[in-house]
Amino acid sequence: MFPHSVDEVIRALEAHRYITERGLATAIFLALRLNRPLFLEGEPGVGKTEVAKVLADLLETELIRLQCYEGLDVHSAVYEWDYARQILQIRMLEASGERDEGRIRQQIFSPDFLIKRPLLQALEAKNGRPPVLLIDELDRADEEFEAFLLELLSDWQITIPEIGTVRAEQPPVVVITSNRTREIHDALKRRCLYFWIDYPSFEKEIQIVRTRIPEAPERLTRQIVAFVQELRRLDLYKLPGVAETLDWTAALLALDRTELDPAVTDETLGVLLKYQDDVLKVRGEIAQDLLAKALMRAETAPGNV
Amino acid sequence: MSGHLMHHIVRFGRTLRAAGVPITPSQIVAFVRALEWIPLENRELFYHTARCTLVCRREDLETFDRVFEWFWRNPLMGGQLPPGLLGTAPGPIRRRENRPRPAEAGHRPAPEPRSENPEAPPMILTDRAMTYSPLEILRRKQFERFSEEEIQLARQLMARLRWQIHERETRRLRPGPKGEQMDLRRTAQRGLRHYGEWVRLLWRTRKRKPRPLVVLCDISGSMERYARMLLHFLHALSHTRRHVETFVFGTRLTRITRCLHHRDLDEALREVSRTVMDWSGGTRIGECLHVFNRDWGRRVLGRGAVVMIISDGWDRGDVKLLGQEMERLQKSCYRLIWLNPLLGIPGYQPLTRGMQAALPYIDDFLPVHNLVSLEQLAAHLERLPSRRSARRSGLARPVSSVEPE
Repeated sequence: MFPHSVDEVIRALEAHRYITERGLATAIFLALRLNRPLFLEGEPGVGKTEVAKVLADLLETELIRLQCYEGLDVHSAVYEWDYARQILQIRMLEASGERDEGRIRQQIFSPDFLIKRPLLQALEAKNGRPPVLLIDELDRADEEFEAFLLELLSDWQITIPEIGTVRAEQPPVVVITSNRTREIHDALKRRCLYFWIDYPSFEKEIQIVRTRIPEAPERLTRQIVAFVQELRRLDLYKLPGVAETLDWTAALLALDRTELDPAVTDETLGVLLKYQDDVLKVRGEIAQDLLAKALMRAETAPGNV
Repeated sequence: MSGHLMHHIVRFGRTLRAAGVPITPSQIVAFVRALEWIPLENRELFYHTARCTLVCRREDLETFDRVFEWFWRNPLMGGQLPPGLLGTAPGPIRRRENRPRPAEAGHRPAPEPRSENPEAPPMILTDRAMTYSPLEILRRKQFERFSEEEIQLARQLMARLRWQIHERETRRLRPGPKGEQMDLRRTAQRGLRHYGEWVRLLWRTRKRKPRPLVVLCDISGSMERYARMLLHFLHALSHTRRHVETFVFGTRLTRITRCLHHRDLDEALREVSRTVMDWSGGTRIGECLHVFNRDWGRRVLGRGAVVMIISDGWDRGDVKLLGQEMERLQKSCYRLIWLNPLLGIPGYQPLTRGMQAALPYIDDFLPVHNLVSLEQLAAHLERLPSRRSARRSGLARPVSSVEPE
């Protein structure tokens, strides 16, 4: 389906189990309408990557993912020749008496011997639908790759010297994510629709847990979310994201818990906090304090079904 | 679209720029194109559309929200910003307007050393206007004893120091004469000349890049005597290399990287003094490092950064916290260097509580009190070892006291 209004985007995302806010839905809607890349920033675990997956589902198209890392180059991002097969082919041609260099070259540098990497794949629409291209954690790649991407995002074409220029008939839907371990250059961000994904509100997060883990008891869900929300107010190195909330819910379900208590909270803190310093700081008194507040909030706050 | 709205949008863009959000015409065009797709009477959608097309940095979101609220309440009034909104975030455009021309500033900006010859010695400190010995005296004189003229002179000398920080091997490969990975593409290409026979193997080698540098400079009361020269030093440093992040701290941490981007030193210093709120006050190193580790560590310490802390170690804050934060800082950077101006004084012993707490986590403890010490620092940075020094494990710290019963 192709959404025709922002509300339709929100509904479609919800139907695909992704709860979102209006701002992000607007950005997604415009990205689809204007054919502009979507640039998502935010703390780890707030569901940036998920947006691309859900979008691919929603548009019923293929998701092509490019995970960035330092030193990512054309060979692994765009295309590579299959050298082993090329050599075999040369030997076979030789055996058949072929001696003409031009003809050999033409044969072995044909699309058959081309290994397509994500960016080249993304230029080809399958079943008439352009794919969703996820460029994940762009901040991990280096400036050289960023510069290359800038060029690609404006022209949607790639030149392979031996074959020629490949151009996208329909540009893919592009989602770029960054964790901000490095600032991405403004020139690139300006070509995109920018959205900063924040931690969700209490009500939103309850909705997320409900949609993702429907088997969790309502009472437990409310307690978990209230506790995590309290935890996010602390001065920690790494605050728990939505991903951690979901992990924790799953963990508590696996332990057959129906509600939070001090003992189980202390024992499972490691699911929420990923730095030993943070765990040591919270475990014990602070955790109990937070728990008391969270249990209160879970009972009183709105957001009930 | 009605001409009125168009007009307001252009003015809105101008207002945002005045408030320090850098916006390009192409972003305005994108915004206008986006408006074709949303119902204009819906104010919330209008807001989100403007936000995702016009802003591309998180820092600017807050300014944007305030300007948006103010401007669209009555767009006819727009144009003159209320004082609270002006320059909340120093953007490049506002800076360009405010910067005095070199002629107005009263003196020429210090000449830039542009010797690209890698064979040249790292530092060129010859000044033909001076004979050898006065220069030598100045180089060894302590910063706090500098007269006004000497400061000006030292400033020029400092601008000529060359900072070549040790390079790290990146994971990007490029063709090279020898290396650990074969360059299949080039080897196969070349092989075609010989009917597919790989006559010569070609290699790829790792590309090298300078390490990012992060400087944290103490500007509390006890450091006041050195502050001026150190700021000159920081300015010179951020204009000789590309990746330098600069922070100052006393009772709170302030990032001054953007202030120092002004080429003109005096304008840069004015910008710094406008931004920094805690000049010559107390020192809470631990708390400031905590803020740095929490808010900035992940953003500026990647890619093998070298961190320099400039402080005399007089700390009135929580010493235990200082130790913990030093440990975290050391673990997250490539090398942690502490520059102490007192170390230049003969007989100085780092006995203050703060210094004692920090010492175990410092990789290099160096003086910074005269020009010679800066030259030595430059030489040191150039020759950093290609491996990290051994790090203490967090488990070495007694944890039992923190754990509950």
